[in-house]
Amino acid sequence: MKFLRNLLDKQKPAFEKGGKYEKLHPVFDAFETFLFSPNHTTGSTGAQIRDAVDLKRMMNTVIIAMLPCLLFGMWNVGYQHHLATGKAADFISQFLIGAWAVIPVVIVSYSVGLGIEFYFAVRKGHSVNEGYLVTGMLIPLVMPPTIPLWQVALATAFAVIIGKEVFGGTGMNILNVAMTARAFLYFAYPGQMAGSNVWAYLGDEKTVQGYSGATALGIVAETSAKLSEDKTGLPFANAGVQALTSDAWIKGLFSDWNLFIGTVPGSIGETSTLMCLIGAVILIFTGVGSWKIIVSGFAGTYLMALLLNTLAINAFMAIPAHYHIVMGGVAFGIVYMATDPVTAAHTETGKWIYGFLIGAFTVLIRVFNPAYPEGIMLAVLLMNVFAPLIDFYVVDANKQRRKNRLKYATL
Amino acid sequence: MAEVAEKEIKKSEGLFSKKNRKLLTDPLDANNPVTVQVLGICSSLAVTVQLKPAIVMALGLTFVTAFSNLLISMIRDTIPSRIRIIVQLAIVSVFVIVLDQLLKAYVYDVWKQLSVFVGLIITNCIVMGRLEAYAMANKPWPSFLDGIGNGLGYGVILVAVAFIRELFGSGSLFGFKVLPSWYIGNGLMMLPAGACIIVGIIIWIQRSWNGYAEED
Repeated sequence: MKFLRNLLDKQKPAFEKGGKYEKLHPVFDAFETFLFSPNHTTGSTGAQIRDAVDLKRMMNTVIIAMLPCLLFGMWNVGYQHHLATGKAADFISQFLIGAWAVIPVVIVSYSVGLGIEFYFAVRKGHSVNEGYLVTGMLIPLVMPPTIPLWQVALATAFAVIIGKEVFGGTGMNILNVAMTARAFLYFAYPGQMAGSNVWAYLGDEKTVQGYSGATALGIVAETSAKLSEDKTGLPFANAGVQALTSDAWIKGLFSDWNLFIGTVPGSIGETSTLMCLIGAVILIFTGVGSWKIIVSGFAGTYLMALLLNTLAINAFMAIPAHYHIVMGGVAFGIVYMATDPVTAAHTETGKWIYGFLIGAFTVLIRVFNPAYPEGIMLAVLLMNVFAPLIDFYVVDANKQRRKNRLKYATL
Repeated sequence: MAEVAEKEIKKSEGLFSKKNRKLLTDPLDANNPVTVQVLGICSSLAVTVQLKPAIVMALGLTFVTAFSNLLISMIRDTIPSRIRIIVQLAIVSVFVIVLDQLLKAYVYDVWKQLSVFVGLIITNCIVMGRLEAYAMANKPWPSFLDGIGNGLGYGVILVAVAFIRELFGSGSLFGFKVLPSWYIGNGLMMLPAGACIIVGIIIWIQRSWNGYAEED
């Protein structure tokens, strides 16, 4: 540590005002504050007490909360690889193969995103914000394991520039940056982002016979569409669950237990509901993520699914409500994306509404729009846009209530 | 005889005096109808998937704006102000129908691609905006130039957006493949949402170029 400190102190004057690399001060500052706690002091006026929990520590907490998903995702990529190629392998080699597929995506996401962040910081002359540390980890976790690296780079650049920097950088963005990256790829290159051929990392190896890479959501959506077209008037009850059992290419692949643990094909970090819940506990326990958004998000998903169960005009609607929570990326989206403090609702009542609607819209999009088997991405982006409006009405209602109180008091 | 007449006009004001030239060049950049006044966005998102329809649309709108500006300016003193909008609409629709028939007769495939958007020129804010803001208060010749200028200002953006969208969306220009076969078309460019983002980026570049500052 002493060595690092000395090294930094030696270089410092060159980056100070009047130094040789004055322009690059934000770059130096970013490295220094990344390694050591900042020694900035408060001004002589205004607040004098500063909390040790700064933006950097908050972001690091989120990254720690994401680690279970990342590690599990790496293992699962290897596990799916060996399932698809029909080879037996032990835990370590599964993990290594997964890491081989996942780590390049993480590196590309971080280097492109941080490169752009540094460029804008130097250009605008402000310090580099830590916001990207989380985004850079979220982006790989919402990509399929087979994603081409240049697409990751392109999506990251798009999301950081168009999603964040044009609005003024960290803290000013309207849309969740990682979801913007995913949405960009989803609409720009659907061939590499959706369908049934992208969810298992194969390398150069051949798949076993009978292999199908469809996700649980894909299978249910397809079954639902098929049954609606047939119009045979079959009872829909259980058709979705039956399809999950019968259409899985390995027996029992899509049992609700597997879906919960996450040993199913899907985006790198999204498959495991269990790991997302562990992350949620870390976020809630440290107070970094809003428990209101997480709880109301799951409640919204579950209650909307229950409501649709009673209507049940297609097979997707009839699927038991708890399947909606364990299938796809709804848990990941609610825990890590919806709780993004910048793009979520800011008022406490607003958070309940915001989270609930994310869950509800996710189920609605899944069930009613066969073109989008997964709804959490669009639901989060939609509610990001509506979050300021929710806040506006919550604040407005509060004003109205206080005004009324005043009116009665003066009567 | 003709020379004498021309000289007389020049004495009063040159056909392409500095002021009149400005009418043509201003809408191209500093007062662009799409990127500065944010008019005509709908059609610039809708018809810019490929270059060819975009160019035809740009020329069509220039034609309609210029001639309706000219005609309205000629009769501007006789239009009762209470019914001026309906008079303007009637004149605009005449030119739009002429344009529609011309396109149908000579470039049928492009006309099919443009579909309703030729007819919708009637409701294009640029046309109505120029009539209200300029032609109703100015002489025919400057009005005509103003119409051409604004039509071209719209056209410049349309062609720029279409160029980017066709090049990156399908790897071709005017329907010919220009990018190598390994290029994967960007699906976002084929959607109107992609066009919206491109228009935004053009506005961004233009503003940083011209030194735009937000008014408080």
